[in-house]
Amino acid sequence: MADADRPWLVPLPPAARFVLQGGAAARAAAAVVWGVDLSDQPCRAIVHEGRATLWLGPDEHLLIDRGGDDEALARALEQTLSAVPHSLVDVGHRQLGFEVRGPRSALILAGGCPLDLHPTRFPVGMCTRTVFAKAEIVLWRTADDVFHVEVWRSFAGYLTELMSEIDSLLPRMAD
Amino acid sequence: MRLRTDGGGRVDRSRSLRFRFDGREYQGIAGDTLASALLANGVHLMGRSFKYHRPRGVLAAGAEEPNALVTVIRDDARSTPNLRATQVELYDGLVAESQNRWPSLERDLQRLNDVLSAFFPAGFYYKTFMWPRRAWKALYEPFIRRAAGLGRAPTRPDPDRYAQTYAHCEVLVVGAGPAGLAAARAAAATGARVILCDEQNEFGGSLLADRAARIDGMSAAAWAEAVVGELAANPAVTLLPRTTAFGYFPHNFLGLAQRLTDHLPSPVPGAARERLWQVRARAVVLATGAIERPLVFPGNDRPGILLAGAAQTYLNRYGVRVGERVVVVTATDAAYQAALDLKERGVDVAVIADVRARAEGPLVAAARAAGLSVLPSATVVGTDGDLRVSAITLGTVAADGSVRVGERIACDTVLMSGGFTPSVHLFSQSRGKLAWNDALRAFIPERSAESERSAGACRGVFDLAAALADGASAGQAAAAESGAAVAPSTRASLVEAASRSDEAVLGALPHPPGPVHKAFVDFQHDVTTRDLALAAREGFQSIEHVKRFTTTGMATDQGKTSNLNALAIVAGELGKSIPEVGLTTFRMPYTPTTFGSFAGLSRGALFDPVRTTPMHAWAEAHGAVFENVGLWKRARYYPRGGEDMHAAVARECRAVREGCGLFDASTLGKIEVVGADAAQFLERLYVNAWSGLAPGRARYGILCRDDGFIYDDGVIARLAKDRFHVTTTTGGAPRVLAMMEDYRQTEWPELEVWLTSTTEQWAVIAVQGPNARRVLEPLVEGVDLSPAALPHMGVATGRILNVPMRLFRVSFTGELGFEVNVPAGHGAAVWEAIYAAGQTHGITPYGTETMHVLRAEKGYIIVGQDTDGTVTPDDAGLSWAIGKSKPDFLGKRSLARASMRAPERKQLVGLRTRDPRLLLEEGAQIAERPGQTPPMQLLGHVTSSYASSVLGHSIALGLVAAGRARTGQTLYVPMPGGDVEVTVVSPVFYDPEGKRLNG
Amino acid sequence: MLLIPCPHCGPRPELEFSYGGEAHIARPRQPAELDDAAWANFLYTRRNTKGAHAERWRHARGCGRFFNVLRDTTSDKILTSYPVGAPRPDPRAADSAAPESAR
Repeated sequence: MADADRPWLVPLPPAARFVLQGGAAARAAAAVVWGVDLSDQPCRAIVHEGRATLWLGPDEHLLIDRGGDDEALARALEQTLSAVPHSLVDVGHRQLGFEVRGPRSALILAGGCPLDLHPTRFPVGMCTRTVFAKAEIVLWRTADDVFHVEVWRSFAGYLTELMSEIDSLLPRMAD
Repeated sequence: MRLRTDGGGRVDRSRSLRFRFDGREYQGIAGDTLASALLANGVHLMGRSFKYHRPRGVLAAGAEEPNALVTVIRDDARSTPNLRATQVELYDGLVAESQNRWPSLERDLQRLNDVLSAFFPAGFYYKTFMWPRRAWKALYEPFIRRAAGLGRAPTRPDPDRYAQTYAHCEVLVVGAGPAGLAAARAAAATGARVILCDEQNEFGGSLLADRAARIDGMSAAAWAEAVVGELAANPAVTLLPRTTAFGYFPHNFLGLAQRLTDHLPSPVPGAARERLWQVRARAVVLATGAIERPLVFPGNDRPGILLAGAAQTYLNRYGVRVGERVVVVTATDAAYQAALDLKERGVDVAVIADVRARAEGPLVAAARAAGLSVLPSATVVGTDGDLRVSAITLGTVAADGSVRVGERIACDTVLMSGGFTPSVHLFSQSRGKLAWNDALRAFIPERSAESERSAGACRGVFDLAAALADGASAGQAAAAESGAAVAPSTRASLVEAASRSDEAVLGALPHPPGPVHKAFVDFQHDVTTRDLALAAREGFQSIEHVKRFTTTGMATDQGKTSNLNALAIVAGELGKSIPEVGLTTFRMPYTPTTFGSFAGLSRGALFDPVRTTPMHAWAEAHGAVFENVGLWKRARYYPRGGEDMHAAVARECRAVREGCGLFDASTLGKIEVVGADAAQFLERLYVNAWSGLAPGRARYGILCRDDGFIYDDGVIARLAKDRFHVTTTTGGAPRVLAMMEDYRQTEWPELEVWLTSTTEQWAVIAVQGPNARRVLEPLVEGVDLSPAALPHMGVATGRILNVPMRLFRVSFTGELGFEVNVPAGHGAAVWEAIYAAGQTHGITPYGTETMHVLRAEKGYIIVGQDTDGTVTPDDAGLSWAIGKSKPDFLGKRSLARASMRAPERKQLVGLRTRDPRLLLEEGAQIAERPGQTPPMQLLGHVTSSYASSVLGHSIALGLVAAGRARTGQTLYVPMPGGDVEVTVVSPVFYDPEGKRLNG
Repeated sequence: MLLIPCPHCGPRPELEFSYGGEAHIARPRQPAELDDAAWANFLYTRRNTKGAHAERWRHARGCGRFFNVLRDTTSDKILTSYPVGAPRPDPRAADSAAPESAR
């Protein structure tokens, strides 16, 4: 199958998601329950067995569990975190995830995102909140040519339609 | 065609192309521009000037062309005005029309302006169209509008698509002439990411028209091809032909407009016509070249008079002789090479008139050796011809400056060369500092403001070998500065080319005493030496003022060929030096850029995000009419069986008041405020008291800014000691969260509190009306809905349809009401279940219009409709909400000012019309006395107005000076049909005791 | 479009930021103790500096953090960025200290 025919915009299944805010103690406590460290390094994601933690700000992390039970996870996290100052908020339904895949993924994203997506400037494992045209997104490079995008649900239609338009205007590589 | 050379150039003589210009059919060949193809057909006349409608020929061969402006027409939606014929690539079937003439280019009736030109000096419009004032609308404006403007925009929507992309590189090189190619090659050799752009279809710039020079043993054009091939093979290099760098913005951010399909015989279906590149470069090399300057002499604008370098380009690049008998008038050595090239191609060069006293040097010697006659100390007394120059009268300048009129020489073409103006447009846009160079008679870059360097002719390095070396070192330095590894320096190119002096003249050539025919400085805007002298006599000292008074440099070409001559003339008139007078500001775009490329995909359905709620599809399926609220689509009403809005809203209102209504409130902003100091945080922000609010209870909150005016409002629920669920207005959600973050981070960092937007986490389903409890009771698990367990403003968590739920007992309708919050992904299912369960209780979906009526009946305000940024809580009748014992909150100090408590402030009141069916207009003014004429004395305005089907009369809210004290008074709303009488009443029209709310 | 040095995320495009106005205007701790003129001064009086201007930015569509920036309003050159609450740096020292982040 030619690259151009392969699906490049793939919606991801529902996931449990939490925004954790708080200091180092909260991060350490959450890491125990979540089983994944929370990066102290800016703009870095850490993944382990379907669970991810994404650095969004100096005291803000996004926790994602593909297919996790959000209520059970919330209870477990709150129990462990109760002793340390923190804020844990369920955002599992606030946003949707999808992947932009393939050799053209960075070019498609460059149609709306002003960041330099060259692999040396935006390497695998880097994540950040940023913009795509008039929508705010979280962009996370999970492989050389795979980007995980999180967007608030009401912006998803705009984002995917715009990306499709951008893709359709890119010059086709020789099939 | 006798004007086409037999061989050579960058054109393909085997592919002939047909095209039409002003309805006449011509033939060109592949590789032509519209201008070169017309010249090959002997056509110089390509336009009319803007003001005097003088016939004009092509002057240049590139972007600087002031005269040959054309409209290229593909179809009735695709016509592009104001294109320079010199930049329009010819394709088979091209249709172009000249502009600014009627009925035809040869016979233009507004030519009368030229005859009457004594009455149209600079500043004519400013001085003439002043009085009487009434004449503006009827007479002056229509006249000016008809006469003004260049070209016509298409009236149909643009059917083309435009792409945009961000791009990043270590080195961006603008211009692919000798310096630019050398720079790109040197930068690319370091492994850096390089973008090279050029506005022309082919890279090479002046090399493509240079037949004399040889580089590394190759012709100049072959060398350019070799370098381009080398760059194209490097994956880190992006080559962008047909791409104009039109703007240079702060921090090395440049806008490039790439034309993708305009050169093709027809638009490519689905493909982008243009692509806007927004480039962030670590370092920039500007290699934008130089523009040859015309000479300023009487009658210098006749068709057939053009720049010497342009004639050389037409000959060597396009294989076109611009005429058969030419006179060259020059201040530069460069024009001698043009003369030599023309002579070699069989053109009769009558004389080279050199305005310099001493004409010497290798090129002058070569011309003499070739048998060309050279006349030193020359000047031009005048020219003849109407639609084409037919003769030129030269003169000689004596040592004392006097002019002796010489012979009149018949010719069909005059070539002129006044010198070269470095193209510093982008450099200047980048806020680099220019300095005057007296030897070059030009402004050249002195100090860069950005990580930028200029190379080659655009900084006055005109010699080919020097420009190549300059480009290479700039490219290497740029790559090094951007962090690339320093590569071994590339070998210098071996150049064989005649050396030439950099001499030049500025301003008008000397002429004998007596009346002088018009000598044009700005060709496109018809500014003459006389206009500039007049500006100086009128007292204009600043070049910026002279520019606006005479309009010199203000045309679509932005004075590319004229600014320096104009400046020299103004400086002479003012008795100042050129650097003392200074340049006008260079602004983007370098050449006109389409709106389409700026808009990109932000058109139609993708202009803005369209935000929809989880229940949107249900509302659509049930016939909802939607309205835009910010970016959201909200169901406004649900018409049934041909109802209009009025009927639908009346029915929905009655359903809520008598049975049960169902409303989608998901767009309300929601912020989760969490932390040990959450209550303290809200205490400091909102006017209300929060610490005493028990978990499980909610309160209506008002947020002011520190200026004391209402900023937002909403219900705030305490879910736990350290957790609040804050709601905001739909439109206010982002700005309230931003404001809260500001105070959290910068004013009160000591508080242990965090904020998370949960607007889209929750779908919010409002169930309102006397039957609301009965509808919900069977669906809800784990929550006792009885009034005792969940009173008005009570909050509980539980489950509905086995999904988690936050249940608020709140009402924006004045009826018993609940708001069911469920995770957004479950919103549609829960909504449908409630709707199904409510069927036996007459449940009716209602929209925002009904919500507005119901809240207005209760006197509940909408922030932004009943308030406007100047309304205090007390003005809105909400002083009851203020926590009186609080030491501080946002706005408290401002509210303590005397003027904020003055009794004459505008206050929110209810208004009843004498005629109960009459609906006031929102925004209408309110007066104390009837029958006033402007200027009226006014008390305030109507903020909300609705027909209330439940009450049987219209209702309105308004802000009225000292309004509450006027209760019972009659006031007047002046309308075009006369004053409408209104009575001031309480803003609570319905159930003032609030019995239904607590049902 | 400016390239703004976020202290946490590095240089980022202006589109990701929101502007917060002049820096170093702290809200009075006891507003009630200010007379009307002093309060109005806090609310409304700003410098409108030509040259090195201390101003607040928030990396709103990034890490979310507020920080301060010293920007030359005549050239848009960003001389340095520094945390909320830190004193205003000397513009001359900042100019030579932070050419890389300003780029």
